[in-house]
Amino acid sequence: MSGIPIPRLRLRGQKPAWLTPLSIAAAAITTLLLTAAPIRIAGANPSAAFSRYLIKPLTSANGIDELLLAATPLLFTGLAVALAFRCGYSNIGAEGQFLAGGIGATIPGLYLSDLPTVLALPLAIVGGAVAGAAWAVVPAWLRRKGGIDEVVTTLLLNPVALLLVQGLLNGPWRNSETGFPESDRLGDGYTIGPVTSGSRVHWGFVLALVLIAVAYVVFRHTALGVRMSAVGQAPKAARFSGIDADTIVWRAALVSGAIAGLGGCIQVLAVQHQLATGISNSYGYTGIVVATLGGLGAIGVGFVALLLADITVGAQSASRVLALPPQMGQIVSSVLLLTVVAALVLRKFKVVFTRNEVDS
Amino acid sequence: MSLGFWIGLIGATFAIATPLMWASLGNLLNEKSGVMNLGIEGTMYVGAFGGLAIASESGSIWLGLIGAIIFGCLAGLLVAVFTVTMGVNQHVVGIGTTLLLVSACEFVNRLRYGSGSLAKIEKFGDIIDDAGPLSQNWMTYFVFLILAPLMWWTLRSTGFGLRLTAVGEHPEAADVAGINVNRTRYVALVVGGALMALGGAYITLAELGTFTLGIISGRGWVAVALVIFGRWKVWPTVAGAVLFAATDALQLRLAITSTFGAVPNELLIALPYLVVVGALAIWGRKLRYPGAYLKPYRRA
Repeated sequence: MSGIPIPRLRLRGQKPAWLTPLSIAAAAITTLLLTAAPIRIAGANPSAAFSRYLIKPLTSANGIDELLLAATPLLFTGLAVALAFRCGYSNIGAEGQFLAGGIGATIPGLYLSDLPTVLALPLAIVGGAVAGAAWAVVPAWLRRKGGIDEVVTTLLLNPVALLLVQGLLNGPWRNSETGFPESDRLGDGYTIGPVTSGSRVHWGFVLALVLIAVAYVVFRHTALGVRMSAVGQAPKAARFSGIDADTIVWRAALVSGAIAGLGGCIQVLAVQHQLATGISNSYGYTGIVVATLGGLGAIGVGFVALLLADITVGAQSASRVLALPPQMGQIVSSVLLLTVVAALVLRKFKVVFTRNEVDS
Repeated sequence: MSLGFWIGLIGATFAIATPLMWASLGNLLNEKSGVMNLGIEGTMYVGAFGGLAIASESGSIWLGLIGAIIFGCLAGLLVAVFTVTMGVNQHVVGIGTTLLLVSACEFVNRLRYGSGSLAKIEKFGDIIDDAGPLSQNWMTYFVFLILAPLMWWTLRSTGFGLRLTAVGEHPEAADVAGINVNRTRYVALVVGGALMALGGAYITLAELGTFTLGIISGRGWVAVALVIFGRWKVWPTVAGAVLFAATDALQLRLAITSTFGAVPNELLIALPYLVVVGALAIWGRKLRYPGAYLKPYRRA
């Protein structure tokens, strides 16, 4: 052993400024290399596939339109998860809260379908947010009162929310014309329209951007934002310095549920115009990827949601043109998540070559 | 409610409990070592899909079972590299692993079998015929009569079990006592991953004989809840799995009775999940989590 230099990881003393961008670039390249193998096995050319995933959607107005449309639900769920995680509340239930938000928007849309837009939209949007928060209330309350870990309870309510949607659509809300398990179209007043005519990007996207901006200010420039980070990073110290940590976590959990619920509500009002079982394409779980890759910051969430939307739109076009199953987009996103978190850990170390095993 | 109803209910309970038993015993190993593995849902998925795919391609159900074990070990190894060696946030890595494994299975499924489903295979049969609730698969007998007692004995009476507990409770002390903390956690995650994948494989190889998308449908999350509900002990975890399965078996039978026929089926299917949340709410207060829960270990 003693004669051969062995590579070892050693903690770095100081981190140079170029290190973080370099590690993220290394993670991105690793992701491309790792995912090239399955693309080749599927019989497609990796570089053609990657250019479709990353570049193609950006080269046409239509592609950018689709990209912004696909990013909208991820902006909501990513922000919801980031807010909760910042406060040390591991909300893994954005998926269920998203679906609950869809139900919350559908209730007035079906039973008060004649309302004019000025009343209908606020009602449906508040309904979606309240439903999302309501879906988050039990885990948050159990954490506050019983100290019960929220990870498990939020997770378990995700399949329950999906079953509730399916139950409603197979039962009372079954489509009265087609008999398919999807609701009737909501009343005309319940439509969130496109930002410009001919575009698919809707005002829900603008609402998401407003929320991102508000979150940015709150996270970065208010005392509340500082308290939230303190509670998330050092709960004991935060309590000791007089911060009411329990209340902050409780409110963060509910607001997080409300934001995720808004995402589902917007998806119903602006895209589907009816409730269907497929309204969440794992948006809640992908929100965890978005929040983590975005460093739990508002701007980061915005950026990563656009990136993942780019990959999603690209994966759809690749599945049409290159006959590459669209799940490849999800594979690329999750591999990217893992390589980036790995790179961010490894950047703290440097490789040294030593000849003996004095310390390890 | 005739005698036949209850006998059928008991038989169905053991069958439904089987995948949860495999998965939650695997998860118990992980959690005892201090790691929460949310990759469990994806690990069960890869066990279910990979096991069936290999069985149907090779024509041998036993090769499929071995394949599921290998996939499970690899999934556990992946989680171990990230959570143990790198010390990354365990929730993030777990969800990332689940997303990766589920999408990888669906990618392969789409590529190899198109939109149709895998061919049906000759699944594992019951080892005793016409014996009411005793007519069960070998995987059911094995998990209740061999694996659960073995796990109980291992955790309380073997050197490995004691090292595992030490590592999960107080890794610094374990390290001082000469226990290799990270190696112990690797073993727990790799073996635990194999058990979770076998839970998934049971569903395709023994219960259905085929694969459909979304086949695990949250059972991995249930297994995580069962271990917490069972306070990281074998027999309470087994009791939790039987409770969940009994609720599930009951709802399946209620759905075809005239009284409950009008209740939407989905609400009855959701019942066992709600029972687990309710059980956690009632009995889950003031839990003492393993001392090193969610904490990576690195020498100071």
